Amino acid sequence: MALPEPSPSGRFGEFGGRYVPETLVPACLELEEAFREAWADPAFRAELDDLLRDYAGRPSPLTECHRLSDEIGVRVLLKREDLNHTGSHKINNVLGQALLARRMGKTRLVAETGAGQHGVATATAAALLGMECMVYMGEVDMARQALNVFRMRLLGAEVVPAVSGSRTLKDAVNEAMRDWVATVEGTHYCLGSVMGPHPYPWMVREFHTVIGSEARAQCADLLDGGVPDVVTECVGGGSNAIGIFSGFADTTAELVGVEPAGGAAVGRGVPGVVHGMKSYLMQDEFGQVQEAESISAGLDYPGVGPEHSHLAAIGRARYEQVTDAEVIDAFQLLSRTEGIIPALEPAHALAWVSRDRAALAGRTVLVNLSGRGDKDVAQMMEILG
Amino acid sequence: MTPLTAADEGLTVPAAPPEPGALEQSLRAGREAGRKLLVPYVTGGLGDDWAEIVRAIADAGADAIEVGIPFSDPVMDGPVIQEASERALAAGATPASVLDELRGVDAGVPLAVMTYYNLAFHMGHERFASSLAEAGVAAAILPDLPLEEVGPWAGAADAAGVETVLLAAPTAPDDRLPRIVARSRGFVYAVGLLGVTGERDALAASSLVIARRLKAVTDVPVLVGVGVSSAEQAVEVSQVADGVVIGSALMRRVLEGAGPAGAAAFVGEVRAALDAA
Repeated sequence: MALPEPSPSGRFGEFGGRYVPETLVPACLELEEAFREAWADPAFRAELDDLLRDYAGRPSPLTECHRLSDEIGVRVLLKREDLNHTGSHKINNVLGQALLARRMGKTRLVAETGAGQHGVATATAAALLGMECMVYMGEVDMARQALNVFRMRLLGAEVVPAVSGSRTLKDAVNEAMRDWVATVEGTHYCLGSVMGPHPYPWMVREFHTVIGSEARAQCADLLDGGVPDVVTECVGGGSNAIGIFSGFADTTAELVGVEPAGGAAVGRGVPGVVHGMKSYLMQDEFGQVQEAESISAGLDYPGVGPEHSHLAAIGRARYEQVTDAEVIDAFQLLSRTEGIIPALEPAHALAWVSRDRAALAGRTVLVNLSGRGDKDVAQMMEILG
Repeated sequence: MTPLTAADEGLTVPAAPPEPGALEQSLRAGREAGRKLLVPYVTGGLGDDWAEIVRAIADAGADAIEVGIPFSDPVMDGPVIQEASERALAAGATPASVLDELRGVDAGVPLAVMTYYNLAFHMGHERFASSLAEAGVAAAILPDLPLEEVGPWAGAADAAGVETVLLAAPTAPDDRLPRIVARSRGFVYAVGLLGVTGERDALAASSLVIARRLKAVTDVPVLVGVGVSSAEQAVEVSQVADGVVIGSALMRRVLEGAGPAGAAAFVGEVRAALDAA
């Protein structure tokens, strides 16, 4: 395996751990054990693989961007997670966790969501498996992602606004954790990124390694057995990025995470502890968590998954920042040159490639296109007029 | 299995200090005198009169007082303490400002700080522990720092003479409780129900169960908190437990403008009910 398992206390180097209320410790231990067993069980793997193929539509294709490449002088390959059922990579993790929850005898899923993609995926899996589903979403995000709110409700989920703090993803995580503290006996917390307490960062990564392993083989076909020079994706919590990095961590490919300038935990944070994990965190001089500010609801998060903090600390991956304006340009650039409307989240990775095209000239860059942009069209209509 | 690394320091938890500190001595003495113990919670930095509230509820019969240092993301707290924390933060409360004001309070009963781990981690364990000690705070309660992760903090707190109160929850299997109580000093904070802090109409049956399970494995004082909302509920759970922590029921009154006199009246009412039982 390209990325190693965390230490017994759930650490990647100095990051990670299990900083949760005592009430949740037994549930985290139980989840770790259940995941370890399931992941080693061929029957579980086969059931998940079947769902990924027949329900989610995997494998997702690799698309070479000829017109974009001509325009910017960088050879760009896209891993098309936007073509999965529900429109993003989130379905990989959610199908895994929902099957695991059912195996553990849980009948209810709770989830947090930012842009709504993870919430939609969780509501979808709950509908598929006949489970109850409750999704917490920041009040601000509910307004800017109204389409996804409607979609979740259509799928039978209850969507509850998080009205405290910044009323975005951070606060939705708080509310989901509070729900789980109260309902832990029958409920599984279906966390949507490689964050939170151990075993989530590891487990969610494992459910997304399918992105990297498919992409590795697809790149080998396209590149005569070679690997791209650079593998990149946006990083909020960082599940999509870890998924694609996992396929290339043992290669010469440069790994680049792209953070929104207004929510750059690695770029602007210092180590801290929130939401069950030790990781880079944007905080004030006293350790109060700062509110992120990004055009993308899915990246509007002041923390980052602990494995990204570790990859940054050991220098295996580096983390760039892009501005909202650069993202808006990239959103239009891909639409115009390739006929693919990206979600605002992966548009961050494209924005970095486009901005740094001179440094990347002539190189081959694999971008994990983690979601499609339909959900963002209304917001972009307002911005672009 | 990946080998243990230096980063796994959290797995090794130093043994608790053999002798009780100021908070635990005081609570043990109260218990030996036949009292049921009452520990109200007040959010530090909320309003201009929070320090007066601390003094007033000490006079009204609190055996010790928990002072919250507000944190931006209080995941163990329900709406009342969330609002109190948000208001205090908006008014500019910081760890230093709360501790500075506490230094001058002279409540006459031991004080414990309740906050979230990041504030201690960010300041540095040694510095946070010594700043508590310098402010006259006897103990710390960090509800997002469970047994497995408490080691680095506990080492610094022990060295500074600050007691670390651990929480014990209804979800803990039987073999976990003895390990928690062995590391907890000051008291053992028994989480009365599955859920976050906040008032409930009736006492959860789980409150009595967790108190009974803890009393069977420790002689450190066992106080039940989370969901203890009234004098009646305090009396009911104290039939098994050594006493109670009351937070949201008091802070709701404070948020509604009860002031020092109103807060003292409520604490006095609970005190009287406990003494009469």
